Amino acid sequence: MSDSDTKRPKKKPLTPKRREQSRREFLRSATLSVGMVGISVLGFLPVVRGSSLRLRPPGALKTPFDEQEFLSSCIKCGQCVQVCPVEAIKLADLLDGFGVGTPFIDARAQACDFSCDGIQCVLACPTGSLTHDLDYPADTRMGFARLDKPQTCLAMQGEGFKGLARGADFRGKLRYEDVDRWTPIPVAEYPYELEICDLCVRQCPIEIRIAQCEADETSGDDANKARVARKVGNECPPKHAIRLEPVGDGSKAMRPVVLEGCVGCGVCEMICPADPVAIVIDIDKTADTA
Amino acid sequence: MSYITESLAQLFGRAPGKPTKEQLPPAVQAIYAEKRKHRMTKADVEAARDEGRSTKWRRRRWATLIVVNLLFVVSYYFDVQLLEGALTASRFVGFHMADLNSALQVMLAYKHIVLNLMIGTATVLVLWILLGGRTFCSWVCPYHLLAEWAESLHLWLAKKKIVKDHSFHRGVRTVFYLAFALLALVTGYTVFETISPTGILSRALIYGPGLALLWVLALLLFEVFVSRRAWCRYVCPIGMTYGIVGVISPLRVQYNVQACHHEGDCRNICEVPHVLSITIRGRSPDVDVDLGADCTRCGMCVDICPTSSLSFKVKGFDKVL
Repeated sequence: MSDSDTKRPKKKPLTPKRREQSRREFLRSATLSVGMVGISVLGFLPVVRGSSLRLRPPGALKTPFDEQEFLSSCIKCGQCVQVCPVEAIKLADLLDGFGVGTPFIDARAQACDFSCDGIQCVLACPTGSLTHDLDYPADTRMGFARLDKPQTCLAMQGEGFKGLARGADFRGKLRYEDVDRWTPIPVAEYPYELEICDLCVRQCPIEIRIAQCEADETSGDDANKARVARKVGNECPPKHAIRLEPVGDGSKAMRPVVLEGCVGCGVCEMICPADPVAIVIDIDKTADTA
Repeated sequence: MSYITESLAQLFGRAPGKPTKEQLPPAVQAIYAEKRKHRMTKADVEAARDEGRSTKWRRRRWATLIVVNLLFVVSYYFDVQLLEGALTASRFVGFHMADLNSALQVMLAYKHIVLNLMIGTATVLVLWILLGGRTFCSWVCPYHLLAEWAESLHLWLAKKKIVKDHSFHRGVRTVFYLAFALLALVTGYTVFETISPTGILSRALIYGPGLALLWVLALLLFEVFVSRRAWCRYVCPIGMTYGIVGVISPLRVQYNVQACHHEGDCRNICEVPHVLSITIRGRSPDVDVDLGADCTRCGMCVDICPTSSLSFKVKGFDKVL
């Protein structure tokens, strides 16, 4: 047992054998300490190399290039994962080093479409790693969309879109107001038929919210008008996030232009039917820095 | 020395003391003298060995450990909001809970404490003060259960002389504790969480397996082939944190020297045998002695003791009744 041969000042001098045992134990212990601390510090590598940088859930305490505050404040419990109605949030694995167990979003697979309306992940976070300063989707700064491959963008070629945006096997979900205002359904259950492909604009949660607010305001219903008047903060997004603009060569071709209101939620990246995907989220930019 | 200082000293790695004969109270001296007169032969001890033996506490403990961890899994899969989150931080029917060591790492690294974390930490602190501190280790931590199975394998291989147990100085855990605290404070990252098998296993159970399980496997292999229960004995700062909490816990295992055969079965199965050094002949400083706070309250010694000399006690509870 370890306790019987630990080193203590003893009255009797140690026998050479005991001294050798305790010397070995000391060396083993020193090796164990250095080894274990060394292994844990290896977690620094992905952070230093930047390979642990990811699209994070709304409100993550980070600047585009620095996730230190986010990684340190996150207690790696996954409560944000559990409350997300579209299961957009996943937890990072060991290869993310110090980022192990931290939440991220793979936008192409399942973006954050603010289906919860209340930004539930922020409310679920016990440590403020997803900051509670956030009230509405429009307050979020996750990243910033960019038209990465104009050559694959259907709108840029003046093409429409017919069918399932991401195929029948795609498991991602979105909310469709004309199907169910409150519950997300699989994208694979919602076929489109579009003259010109505008999926990135049409499904943008910020644009949808703006349209809802405008509809409330212009409807003859006084109750709706009163509700809009009561709205506080950025409940109705103050700025547009994305729109299609004519390319200007006289053709049908349209260019998706990302605007100041983009929060980087990733829905455009998720819904884009082009392969390889035409529009992506940059995590090194936000509406404030772009 | 008082229970608290002696407990802390042993937690930090000091070997348990050996009282001289003169230091023992007369009642204890009398008991030892009586035992010397009627010395049990090896055969007597062997015959009595299996007498009081049971697996009662182990069954209860394994059931509790599995139920607690399954509660997390079930809450998520069936979305019943009973116990949301993972062992590092959770909500029990809406009330915040935060693992003390995880919370400490976050506080040291992040250097801000939001109210919810404060509430969660305080709740869990009170809970484990009441329940015994390192009770968390043996009754809740999923790594503990895997390590117990790995330990069985280690002991079997050791008996066959295929592997040999390599001990470390227990003080090394204090070194780790300080090192990880310092690393969190200086680097601003929760360095320990990266390698914590408790967090990794809890998340793997709830959110699905990942590469991080390979690290847990490596630790288990180390325990099977190199050093018995190495992580829990010599490394884990979670155990240290809960050990410190356990110092002021009323729930303890108590030793009574009267009937003890001093055969040492309890020390042989114990994860932290230094807390049982009082069961060595001549070492008990009193007739009734509480085991130190490093004790995980797993109850294996209570189960194996042929004479019921070890039992669970809630300090002060007898007076209340």
